[in-house]
Amino acid sequence: MLKEYRTISEVSGPLVMVEQVDQVKFDELVEVELAAGEIRRGRVLEASEGRALVQLFEGTTGIDIQGARVRFLGKVIELGVSGEMLGRVFDGFGRPIDGGPKIIPETRLDINGNPLNPTARAYPSEFIQTGISGIDCMNPLVRGQKLPIFSGAGLPHPQIAAQVARQAKVRGTHDPFAVIFAAMGITFEEADYFISDFTRTGAVERSVLFINLADDPVIERLATPRMALTTAEYLAFEKGMHVLVILTDMTNYCEAMREVSAARKEVPGRRGYPGYMYTDLALVYERAGRIRGKPGSITQMPILTMPEDDKTHPIPDLTGYITEGQVILSRELHNRGIYPPINVSQSLSRLKDKGIGPQKTREDHADVLNQLSAAYDRGKEARELAVVLGEAALTPVDREFLRFADQFEQRFVRQGEDEDRSIETTLDIGWQLMAALPRTELKRVSDKHMQKYLPAAGA
Amino acid sequence: MAGRVVKVAGPLVIAEDVPGVKMYDVVRVGEQRLIGEVIELRGRRASVQVYEETSGLGPGETVVSTGSPLSVELGPGLMSSIYDGIQRPLDAISREAGEYVTRGIEVPGLDRSRRWEFVPAVDRGQKVAAGDVLGTVQETPLVVLRVPVPPGVREATVAEIRSGSFTVEETVAVLESDGKTQEVSMLQRWPVRRPRPVGRKLAPEVPLTTGQRVIDTFFPIAKGGTACIPGPFGSGKTVVQHQLSKWADADIIVFIGCGERGNEMTDVLLEFPELKDPKSGRPLMERTVLVANTSNMPVAAREASIYTGITIAEYYRDMGYDVALMADSTSRWAEALREISGRLEEMPGEEGYPAYLGSRAAEFYERSGRVVCLGSARQQGSLSIVGAVSPPGGDLSEPVTQATLRIVKVFWGLDDRLAQRKHFPAINWLLSYSLYTSRLDPAYAEQYGADFPGNRARAMATLQEEAELEEIVRLVGVDALSDRQRLTLETAKSIREDFLYQSAFHEVDTYCSMDKQARLLRLILGFHDQALAALEAGAPLEALLELPVRERIARARYTPEDELARLDTLAQEIATQVGQTRARA
Repeated sequence: MLKEYRTISEVSGPLVMVEQVDQVKFDELVEVELAAGEIRRGRVLEASEGRALVQLFEGTTGIDIQGARVRFLGKVIELGVSGEMLGRVFDGFGRPIDGGPKIIPETRLDINGNPLNPTARAYPSEFIQTGISGIDCMNPLVRGQKLPIFSGAGLPHPQIAAQVARQAKVRGTHDPFAVIFAAMGITFEEADYFISDFTRTGAVERSVLFINLADDPVIERLATPRMALTTAEYLAFEKGMHVLVILTDMTNYCEAMREVSAARKEVPGRRGYPGYMYTDLALVYERAGRIRGKPGSITQMPILTMPEDDKTHPIPDLTGYITEGQVILSRELHNRGIYPPINVSQSLSRLKDKGIGPQKTREDHADVLNQLSAAYDRGKEARELAVVLGEAALTPVDREFLRFADQFEQRFVRQGEDEDRSIETTLDIGWQLMAALPRTELKRVSDKHMQKYLPAAGA
Repeated sequence: MAGRVVKVAGPLVIAEDVPGVKMYDVVRVGEQRLIGEVIELRGRRASVQVYEETSGLGPGETVVSTGSPLSVELGPGLMSSIYDGIQRPLDAISREAGEYVTRGIEVPGLDRSRRWEFVPAVDRGQKVAAGDVLGTVQETPLVVLRVPVPPGVREATVAEIRSGSFTVEETVAVLESDGKTQEVSMLQRWPVRRPRPVGRKLAPEVPLTTGQRVIDTFFPIAKGGTACIPGPFGSGKTVVQHQLSKWADADIIVFIGCGERGNEMTDVLLEFPELKDPKSGRPLMERTVLVANTSNMPVAAREASIYTGITIAEYYRDMGYDVALMADSTSRWAEALREISGRLEEMPGEEGYPAYLGSRAAEFYERSGRVVCLGSARQQGSLSIVGAVSPPGGDLSEPVTQATLRIVKVFWGLDDRLAQRKHFPAINWLLSYSLYTSRLDPAYAEQYGADFPGNRARAMATLQEEAELEEIVRLVGVDALSDRQRLTLETAKSIREDFLYQSAFHEVDTYCSMDKQARLLRLILGFHDQALAALEAGAPLEALLELPVRERIARARYTPEDELARLDTLAQEIATQVGQTRARA
C-alpha cells in the first residue's frame, strides 16, 4: 500500500507543493485524489528533502489544501503500448476515449524515451512521395526526416497534413505503414476534420490518435507528444512499421511549457519562454529517424502556427534549428486562392540531396529543382520591380520570367486537395513551364536532360 | 563515507556533507552512479550538474566525490573516435547498451585492451623535460602520435625506455628525477577546464587555407586564429563547417557537434570515412575526432563537450600539429550554461544568460593560437577555432553573438536571403570581415602573385559599388546607368556567380586551391579591364557582354586542379575576343 500524504502546503497555477514527504524521486508519477474521489495525475518537478514540487497535468481546479490526498507512485510516467493501439483514439494522456476496450499492453515504456545513439542511426535516404509538387519536387521528404509545417492562423495546414498522411508512400514498397496523430490544444473542428478525413479514406485503421483539445487540461499537452512518440517508437522499431507522426499544434505545446515555467517563477528567456525550450523541443523532435539494421522508421511532421506569421518568433525559430528543414505556408498565396500555399523559396528540406536522383526519383530531379527555384526567384524579383516601376519598365526577358512565376504558382504549386501527382508528373510539369523560357536562360539544367525532357516550344 | 542528495531539479542536484569535495570535482550521484560535476559550494552544500538524465533520483541517495576534476584521457586511440560530451565512446556505448544512450554506463575514453606499436625516440640516460617526445605510435595511417613527457616534469633522466607493443596503461618509460622514479605510460589525463601549457604563443601569420573561395580570398583565417559563423537556421552553417573540416589544410580536425541534430552527426559518421584527404588520398576520418552531444542528450554534458573537444585538440597541437577545431554550435553551449545558471538561481544578465557568458566564451577562444610547443625540439603547432553561432531569429545583437564577436578575429556572416537565392556559401560579403588579411597578405602576394591583394581589394570595391548601383536601379531603372556602370554591374555579378558562389556538392568545385582562386579572380577582373578599355574605344556594351568567352569564364571554376593551364589559354581567348570586338568598333 502506497503512503498517502495530506500535506499540500501550496497550490499555484498547475503546481502543488507537498510537505513532509519521504523517498520522493525526481520525475516520479504522482496521483492526487480530491475529496470527491476524482484522481488527477502529475509529475515531480523538484524533489527536496521533506518536500516535493508537483506539476499536475489536469490542472489544480477544485483542489483543497486539507482534503486532497497525494500518492507518489514510485515510477516515471509510462505508457502501455501494443499493436492493438492501431485504429484507436486516446486522450492526451493515453487513455482510450473511443469507447473501445482497454488496451492490454505488450510492454510499458517510459514516455520520455532515451536519446538515440548517433552511431546507431541510419541516414534517411528513401524518398517519400506525398503527391504534392511543392513538397516532392522542391522540398522532398525522406523516411526518418522531421519536416515541420510553419503555418499561420487561418492557413490550410490541416488540409495539407491530411493530404500528406493520405497520399504518402515510398514507391515500389509495400511495407507496413502507420499514422500517429497527436493533437495539442487544437479546436474540436480541426480535430474532427482529421478524424473524419482519416475515416473517409480508411486511414483510421492504421492510425493512432491522441487528442488533447483546446478545452482539455493545458498541462496535459506536455505529455501528449511524448505519448505519441513512445507509441511511434514501439511501432517503428519493435513492430517494423513506417510511422508518420503528425504533431499539431506545437505552438500550444510551447505555451503550456511557458505556463509551467512562469508558475515556477523561472528566469525567462526570449519572449517569456523558458531558457530550456530548445532542449525540451529537441527531446520531442529528435525522436525521429531510422536505426541501422531495423526495418521501421519514424517520420515527423510537426505543425506550428507562427504568431503573426513571424518566422523569427522563438517557437518557429528554435524548431527550425532542430528540424531538418521546414515547409512554410504563405498567406499571400493563400489569399490569391492557391492551394497548397507553399512558399517554395523559403521552404527547405535538408535531407533532399540523399533522397533524390536516379533510382530514387528521376535523374533530372536536382536540375529541375535548381532551375525552377532560380527561375521562380527571378520571376518574383521581376514582379516586385513591376510593382514599383510598372510592367513596361521590365526587359523582355524579365517579362518572360514574370509570366513564368505566375504560371509556376498556378500550374505547379497549385493542385487539388485530392490530386495525387506522381513525381514524374510533377517533374514533367516543371519542364513544361521551363519550355516557356529562353533556352539560354536554363543554366542549371544539363544539356543531356534538356534534350531528353524539355518539350519543344509551344508544345 | 558519502554525502547525500537533498534536492533534485532537472540536471541540478544539491548534495550535503560530501567528504573532501572541491570545486569542479567529478562526483558520482545515486545508486546508478550518475556522473556529475561540482559547480558551486556553499557551506555544507554542493551544487552538482549531472551529465546524465536524473529522473528517478531522489533525496537521501548517496553522493561520492572522485577527488579529481573532469578530465579526458589522452593517448593513442583518440583519432577516428566519436565521443559523447564527456568522452565516452559512442560506439562502445552502443555495443554495451544498444541503440539508445541509457544511463550509468561507464566506458573509458581509450580502449584498454588495444595494443599499440611504440617506437622509442629517446635513449637511456638522456635528459628530458615536459613536452619532449618519448616515442611515437602510428595511430592511424595519417597520424603519428608523439608520446610526450607529461606536463609538469621539469627535468628528468630516462632510466628505462621500452620498445614493442603496449596497451595505453602499460609502462613504456621510467623517468628519474631527484632520486624519485616515475613510470610513464602512453595514457595521460588532463582536466578539461585547464588549458594545456605551451612554450610561447606566436603571431598568426600563416594562412589556414580552406579551399573555399569566399573564405580564402576575401575573409581568410590564419593558423591559430579564431572565426565565428553566425547565421539563422537554413543559411548553411553546418555545410560550411563540414566543408572546412573536409578541406582545411590542417593535420587534425576536431569536430564538436554541440546540441545539434542526431542525423547530422550520423551524416558526418557515414561521410567522413568515405571522403578522401586531398593530400594523402586516405579517408578523412583517420585524422578526425568527433565529439557528439546531440540536442536530445543531457544538457550538462553539452556544456562540457566543447571543453572535452578543445583539450583533445590541444593535445595534438602540443605534438606540433596544425589542428582545426569546429564547434557547432556554441549557442547551444551558451544555452546549457544559461539553463544551469537559472537552476542555480543566479542573477541573470541579458536574456537570462549568466553575466559570466562573455568571460567563459573568451576563455574558450583564447585556447587557440599558433605556438611553440613545450619540449627541447621547439616544434610549432597551431590550434584554430571556428565556432558556429545560432542567433535566435537571425538577430546578431543577441548576447551569444555579441560575446563571440568581441573575441574572434574573423566573422563570416551568413545571410538567409542569400541562402534563399541559393547563393552558397551564403556568406554576406558586405557584412563579413577578417582581421588577419593584412598579416597574411605578404604570404599571399609571394605565393600567388603580387597582384593578389590588389585584386581582392578591387573585387571588394566592385561589390560595394554594385550595392550602391542596385539602389539606383531599384529607384529609377537600369536605363539610368551609364555603360561603364552597367559593365561594373556585370562584373560584380560575375564575381558573385562565378567566384563567390561555390557548390559544396560538385566534385571539382567543392575544393578550390589558392592558385586557382588567384587565377579565377584575375580572369574576371582581366575581362573587366579589357572590356572597359574596349568600351571607351567605342565598342558597344551589348557586343562585349555577348562574347562567348564570358560563358567560359563562368565555367572556369569547374576546371580540375591538374588542368589549370587551361585557364591561361582562356586569358588569351579573352584578349583575342575583346580585341576583335574593339577592332570592329
